[in-house]
Amino acid sequence: MAGIMIYSDKDELSFELLSGAKLISGHTGLPINAVCINNSEQAQGLAARGAETYLINNEAINLADSQGMASALESAAIQLDANIILLSSNRRGKELSGRLAEKLAAGCLTDVGSIKVNLDKIECMRNSLGGAVLAAQMITSDYKIIAVEPRVFEEMAVGKEGPINNLKIEAQAAELEVLEQRAKVGDTANIESANILVAVGQGLKSENDMLIIKELAEALGAEIACSKPVATDKKWLPEERIIGLSGKKCKPDLAVILGISGQVQFTVGIRDARTIVAVNTDENALIMQMADYIMVADLHDLVPEMTRALLVKKRLNGVRL
Amino acid sequence: MNIVVAMKQIPDLQQVRIRNRQPVLDGVPMTFGSIDKNALETALQLKEAVGGNVIVISAGTEELEDTVKEALAAGADEAYLVLDDELEHIESSVSAHLLAELIKQIENIGIILFGEGSGDNYSGQVGPRIAEILGLPEVGYVCDIELEDSRVKVTRSLEDCEEVVRVSLPAVLTVMADINEPRIPSVTQILKAGKKPQQILEVEDIGFDLKGDKKIVTLSSLAPENKRKQITVKNGEELVDALLTEGVIRR
Ligand SMILES: Cc1cc2nc3c(=O)[nH]c(=O)nc-3n(C[C@H](O)[C@H](O)[C@H](O)COP(=O)(O)OP(=O)(O)OC[C@H]3O[C@@H](n4cnc5c(N)ncnc54)[C@H](O)[C@@H]3O)c2cc1C
Repeated sequence: MAGIMIYSDKDELSFELLSGAKLISGHTGLPINAVCINNSEQAQGLAARGAETYLINNEAINLADSQGMASALESAAIQLDANIILLSSNRRGKELSGRLAEKLAAGCLTDVGSIKVNLDKIECMRNSLGGAVLAAQMITSDYKIIAVEPRVFEEMAVGKEGPINNLKIEAQAAELEVLEQRAKVGDTANIESANILVAVGQGLKSENDMLIIKELAEALGAEIACSKPVATDKKWLPEERIIGLSGKKCKPDLAVILGISGQVQFTVGIRDARTIVAVNTDENALIMQMADYIMVADLHDLVPEMTRALLVKKRLNGVRL
Repeated sequence: MNIVVAMKQIPDLQQVRIRNRQPVLDGVPMTFGSIDKNALETALQLKEAVGGNVIVISAGTEELEDTVKEALAAGADEAYLVLDDELEHIESSVSAHLLAELIKQIENIGIILFGEGSGDNYSGQVGPRIAEILGLPEVGYVCDIELEDSRVKVTRSLEDCEEVVRVSLPAVLTVMADINEPRIPSVTQILKAGKKPQQILEVEDIGFDLKGDKKIVTLSSLAPENKRKQITVKNGEELVDALLTEGVIRR
């Protein structure tokens, strides 16, 4: 019994997992099987990227029902003779991985931030102790379930066409009933791919002050991001802009961090930035310890000052504003 | 109806310091994960709305007998615990099996609540694993709950959408941190917490082989290296100049 199986409910994440599977297959020689459930478009996308693709079409399987989804993937793993299962560590993927792991008596690692293969050993890195430490871990059970964070791997490029096979899976009607699905209000910001980020925290006094943050971000050519409470408690910015353990992990060239204390759950999302600027009224704030440039100041004064300085420099250099 | 809340004892992360890239845990007090407290608050609000009992379950070291008073003071009626000093760093599959055994001892369960992730590992596996062991429906990332007789209508918050689903009870739900604001117990509640019933089991009572069931090995666990310049700047202009010189912003 040996082989790799990948599955994600999201097309782009499944293309990333395909790259991850390639890495493991490159070291172990194991075959890769890509599984799609009720999504022929994704199957075409995977096949176009060279994957041996298996499409399950069975309307009784409901994406929202982790029980039925786990059963379907368990059957797929057995039929395809796959013991290493890569899933995406988005919310649906994490839910699914625990349930599937229990079915297969498998060890499971979620939120995996990188994978290294040593001979045939797959070492996974993930945050632990709230992000204070980075643990290298390995699954020792026969079945292994690895849920990989978004953007850990690049999407596999389109290449030699792979086949699409139909996979027949029996399923019982889901006990769970979906009553409604509503899209979250649109914010297309992608803070993970921004080169420059301006991140704002609870040091910001009011929602009105967001204006000075916007002006600075514009002058810098930056995206705006935030700490969790700014989005979940204050609701001044959408959740997609949260940096950290339960938000996004970002690696910008520059992060300007304003009024954020620097709890580890935040810093795990920004510690890979090339240059970090921290502005805080408290010189002992934890964030100061991980900054390249430290500025003890009230952000409400410093931000407009910085914006002005940027605009002046640009003008001096003949950049049209 | 009994409402069960699973909570994980963890070191108070605000007090963990790093020395030589190793976390220093000596003398750090234990507490419950912060999202676990949202799960408890969810249970307490359900009880206030429809009645019933709130039962906290947890597996951990002997200190748990003390830590659990936090939850009892906040309003939980009773606790079921598995205690063993070997239970300090258990993996998700072991926690799931131990907690499932505790749940089997409790009758008339309506809802089993979890936080979306524990305070230390945030791996989010135990809720779905327990649902699988017990053969129950599970909904994760819940931000709203409405009880309807023998069913529950919940809103689940995904990255790009909200999904309203209905499942029959008993069901396992994992809640998001922003579902509510956990209450702070009063001094009298804290004093009375010690008198609330605690059912205590040992690992042997459950007949579980802790060592035989290892599925994960940890090869290393270190704080990431932090090499930063640590230059203090005096004003906005100096900062902008430094960033221009460094080349991280373009002129
Ligand atoms: C399981 C779990 C997951 C979590 N995930 C995340 C996550 O993904 N992302 C995240 O951000 N948090 C996360 N948190 C929460 C995290 O622990 C912190 O509570 C949060 O990051 C604090 O946000 P903050 O720094 O904006 O606010 P605070 O901690 O309140 O800090 C505000 C800072 O602003 C400074 N300040 C005040 N006034 C001014 C001023 N006028 N000018 C300049 N500075 C000023 C203060 O000195 C202080 O340092 C998580 C927590 C848990 C338990």
